[in-house]
Amino acid sequence: MPAWFSASLAIQASYFVTAVLFIMGLKRMSSPVTARSGILWAGAGMGVATLITFLYPGMSNYELILPAMLVGGVLAWWSGKRVAMTNMPQMIALYNGMGGGAAAAIAAVELYRGGTSGYVTGSLAVLGGIIGAVSFSGSLIAFGKLQGLINRSLRFSGQQILNLAVLAAALALGAMVAAHFNASPAIVTGFFVLALVLGVTMTLPIGGADMPVVISLYNALTGLAVGLEGFVLDNAAMIIAGTVVGSAGTLLTQLMARAMNRSLGNVLFSGFGDTGGEATGTVTGSLKPIEAADVGVMMAFASKVIVVPGYGMAVAQAQHKIWELAQLLIERGVTVRFAIHPVAGRMPGHMNVLLAEAGVPYDLISDLDEINAEFETADVALIIGANDVVNPVARTDKSSPIYGMPILNADKAKNVIVIKRGKGAGFSGIENALFYLDNTRMLYGDAQKAAGELIAAVKAVG
Amino acid sequence: MTGMVALYIFMLAAFTGYEVISRVPVILHTPLMSGSNFVHGIVLVGAMVALGSATTPLEKAIGFVGVLLAAGNAVGGYVVTERMLEMFKSSGQRKAKGTH
Repeated sequence: MPAWFSASLAIQASYFVTAVLFIMGLKRMSSPVTARSGILWAGAGMGVATLITFLYPGMSNYELILPAMLVGGVLAWWSGKRVAMTNMPQMIALYNGMGGGAAAAIAAVELYRGGTSGYVTGSLAVLGGIIGAVSFSGSLIAFGKLQGLINRSLRFSGQQILNLAVLAAALALGAMVAAHFNASPAIVTGFFVLALVLGVTMTLPIGGADMPVVISLYNALTGLAVGLEGFVLDNAAMIIAGTVVGSAGTLLTQLMARAMNRSLGNVLFSGFGDTGGEATGTVTGSLKPIEAADVGVMMAFASKVIVVPGYGMAVAQAQHKIWELAQLLIERGVTVRFAIHPVAGRMPGHMNVLLAEAGVPYDLISDLDEINAEFETADVALIIGANDVVNPVARTDKSSPIYGMPILNADKAKNVIVIKRGKGAGFSGIENALFYLDNTRMLYGDAQKAAGELIAAVKAVG
Repeated sequence: MTGMVALYIFMLAAFTGYEVISRVPVILHTPLMSGSNFVHGIVLVGAMVALGSATTPLEKAIGFVGVLLAAGNAVGGYVVTERMLEMFKSSGQRKAKGTH
């Protein structure tokens, strides 16, 4: 081996390569054409960094490191391969929480040992620790809510004050830990317990409809925590990757909150995403039901049909049937487009993933800005399990909680067909004025079953 | 690494993350969130170093959990991102494969 070669040089060089691969990978993931290769690049970067870390100077405990990697890796591999596309959001929340927990664990090892040198490093370890721990327990709650394990949103008066008190107490203990490099283990323990509690109490009151924003926020927070612990460990790969994810995730969170016309603070502290309390606005008119056979004829002879999927489609696993229906229509010469609202489903782009799973080419799928002008020329707007994202009161009713949210202009189509399970209001609890319009007809039933009936109806037209 | 250099790295990395994601079409938001979730799985190398230098049983136990969680983040993040992106194909690609 030449004299200039050393393990630490190899490690630094590999981490450099990893950082480049991560950034190139994320860049490639931001275009549909290159997205597939992007994850391969990032994966290669992860492989390089993980392997070279075994050469870290002074490493021991390999008999613990290898089994831990094996158990964690195999469990995640198995669950990741098995999970249905519909349940992707909660799996991402779960894996994200694990990352946050790992960042907190790094902080815990450093702080229990009293190994941090200096106030700056100590403070960074504490900061990364609290953020990682909040992301860990918060993501687990988000997972539980989306998985249906936690059905209720716990809310009581003074909740925000309690959260602030827990945060203040955690920060106070954290300051004591950072100030004394050899703080007693009891204080370190108290600090982490409070941080974990904070993640739980912060997330419990947030309703299901806001979960996309929350998961994205915790994703950004985990990135930040990883970056901070990277400073503590003097690890450039962690600093760069963590910070890139932290800022990218923050931007993504803002984009999502903006798409819902809500500030991030509003999502975290107002708690409307679940019940919304009073159903505002007086809706006049009546709900007019329609039979599947009539809808089939209407669509078969249409020149343009725009499909608007929502979470109801995901719940019913109706995406395959919907694509089958769309293909039948396309064969008849009907122009079919899919219109996706940025916050339809449980995550931004959730609907795109489901449609892609069913085989819908992405060039048939349009987002809000691209498609909104086209509703006026559409003969049929087919709403499948979507609600708030097509509610026209967002344009008109200043007293409505969703006032100002950009919506899909489905009401501008000549005919609006709404496939819906029952007569209840949407996630936000707001009555949907679209359902009462003169050009709207309701097709009641499970989305998958209704789509099956529509397929039969279109086929019957011949 | 001196503090100032670290601060510069932090600042540049923050801008990079912002720029990389700012032109992302909505259809890729979920895969990209998943992809960035995978990228912070790099916490695995930190967890390995932390466990590798742990001495007391408490440190070892926490370090063990840390490595386990980090490996889950990295592997799980990769698997689900890859699965999602594998499905993104244009009309042309589908026709070419004869699956329309």
